[in-house]
Amino acid sequence: MNLSMKLGRGVAWGYLVVVLLVTIFPFYWIVRTALSDNFAMSTDPSSLLPVHFTWGPFKRALGLATPAEAAAEGGSDAKIDLALALWNSIVYAGVLTLLTVVFSALAAYAFARLQWKGRELVFGVLLTALMVPSVFTLLPNFVLMKDLGLLNSFGGMILPGAFFSAFNIFFLRQFMLGLSNEVEEAAIIDGAGPLRVCFRIVLPMSVAPMATLTLLQFITTWNDYFWPLLVTNDESVRPLTLALAVFKQSSPQASLDWAGLMAATLVAALPMLLLFVVFGRRLVNSIGFTGIK
Amino acid sequence: MVTTLQDNSAQVVRGPATTAPPPPLRRKGPASRRNDTWVAWLLVTPAVLGFGVFFAYPMLRGVYLSFTDFHILSPPVWTGLENIRELLNDNRFWHSLGVTAYFVVLTVVLGIGVSLLTAVVLHRLGVGTTVRGLMILPFLISGVVTALVWTWMLDPQLGIVNQLITWVTGEPVMFFSSDAWAVPTLAALNVWKSMGYNAVLIFAGLQTIPATIYEAGRIDGASEFQMFRSLTLPLLRPILVMVVILNVINATQIFDIVQVSTKGGPADASLVLQMYIYDKAFGQFDFGYAATMSLALFLMLVAVTFTQMRMARAGESDTD
Repeated sequence: MNLSMKLGRGVAWGYLVVVLLVTIFPFYWIVRTALSDNFAMSTDPSSLLPVHFTWGPFKRALGLATPAEAAAEGGSDAKIDLALALWNSIVYAGVLTLLTVVFSALAAYAFARLQWKGRELVFGVLLTALMVPSVFTLLPNFVLMKDLGLLNSFGGMILPGAFFSAFNIFFLRQFMLGLSNEVEEAAIIDGAGPLRVCFRIVLPMSVAPMATLTLLQFITTWNDYFWPLLVTNDESVRPLTLALAVFKQSSPQASLDWAGLMAATLVAALPMLLLFVVFGRRLVNSIGFTGIK
Repeated sequence: MVTTLQDNSAQVVRGPATTAPPPPLRRKGPASRRNDTWVAWLLVTPAVLGFGVFFAYPMLRGVYLSFTDFHILSPPVWTGLENIRELLNDNRFWHSLGVTAYFVVLTVVLGIGVSLLTAVVLHRLGVGTTVRGLMILPFLISGVVTALVWTWMLDPQLGIVNQLITWVTGEPVMFFSSDAWAVPTLAALNVWKSMGYNAVLIFAGLQTIPATIYEAGRIDGASEFQMFRSLTLPLLRPILVMVVILNVINATQIFDIVQVSTKGGPADASLVLQMYIYDKAFGQFDFGYAATMSLALFLMLVAVTFTQMRMARAGESDTD
């Protein structure tokens, strides 16, 4: 290896370290702030370690601190019911993900493995949905939810996304088209009908891509902001993303409880970070895989 | 994904997962085929219903509402081209369109540039999955969390970034509250959030390029930069086009980051289109006009996407 190549690798590594630092530092800063005393922080804003280490912000975020305790550490009286918002996010993202992946898998099986008249036509029509940006259907969907009396309910949040996802159907169909026929044909010779083949053979063989889609769909829904903003109007069904935004907007700008807000933010991001720790490798590979399509 | 739309369904079947031959026609007896049709329709019913009720119907209704005066509480009143006339004379609309275009250009140019560079560096250095994993961390968190943490880090008085800037230059930068900085700051946030995801996508594209090509290039004495320009870039073109289209579509619809950090301010300086649409619909309850703007946004996205696909197709020859 000559000198210029060594130099090139050095520069490349340097660049990579900078990119990684910029990527990861904000996550550290959330933790650092969430463990600081909100009053003390303003006297030492550039300390890289928590200022006056305390669990207070988490207590405030989870509603466990008394008003006196909160005031002593510079907490505000803006409230956030984090436990409720967490529950709402779990229901919203969990139910929507489960339904959309199951329904997409059933449709994908019909499109990939069954012979029927109109198959290509129906598939082509469904795929047009990939082209339309969500903003165009969200406003009319809001009006529809209002007409159905489903505003401010889990039904209104979940229904529009639960039955149909063009991308999920497309993705699973591609996978199922590539499955070999042998096991399936053996089952058919043994007298199994198409439904039995679907549930006993094709779906079990498609567990890996279904897991990938479950992961991606769950992340997307968990982080969704616009649709919950439209259909909810109080904290009873409000998910975490919305609760955080409302909390920030309802606090006075001058005396914002940044430590408490960052603690709440960390709690909101924690499920995603856990998913990352458990499924990170699969996630990286699946993003690459969706891209090559 | 989006790039497949122009193809007919026979072409859509192509792809890495489908290298196996398509399943041969099975069950040739007429009785069992009838059976298949019945089951197939049963299985696609939820998806078709969902498509009809929550996609096709709202879409048509959106087009209809675009030509009405509709304030939610009373039924829509047909006003013909009135909304479009209003749109053409609405300075705020054209301003927000400009802001959105500025935001999209900054996001895409900066984002794709950094993502491409990062992907190439990751690839050439042979860095493992763990580092790529760390890169996609921001993709996992919501735009709301992104906006919150960066609002805090860029805070003029207490933010760590401005501490550093003040220490160097003597005065803080008003990232979110100055006209000049608001949109670039929002674009930078968006790039921060999407960079790792894009880099992983591009990295996957790089992995499909056979290593022998680079060995041949090196034997011919090509420098690292020459190989990037004449080997990597042309071979990467299809995936780059896809990443650009995805980023344009997402950036055009930017909302959460803006709504949480600047709310379109200061004085409309960062009023992106979707922010304006939301404000019209839910601030002023002018649903008809908001629908007209969504329709305009949709048509513009279609035009942009098709132009980009054209360009992609024009470049297909050098990828074979």
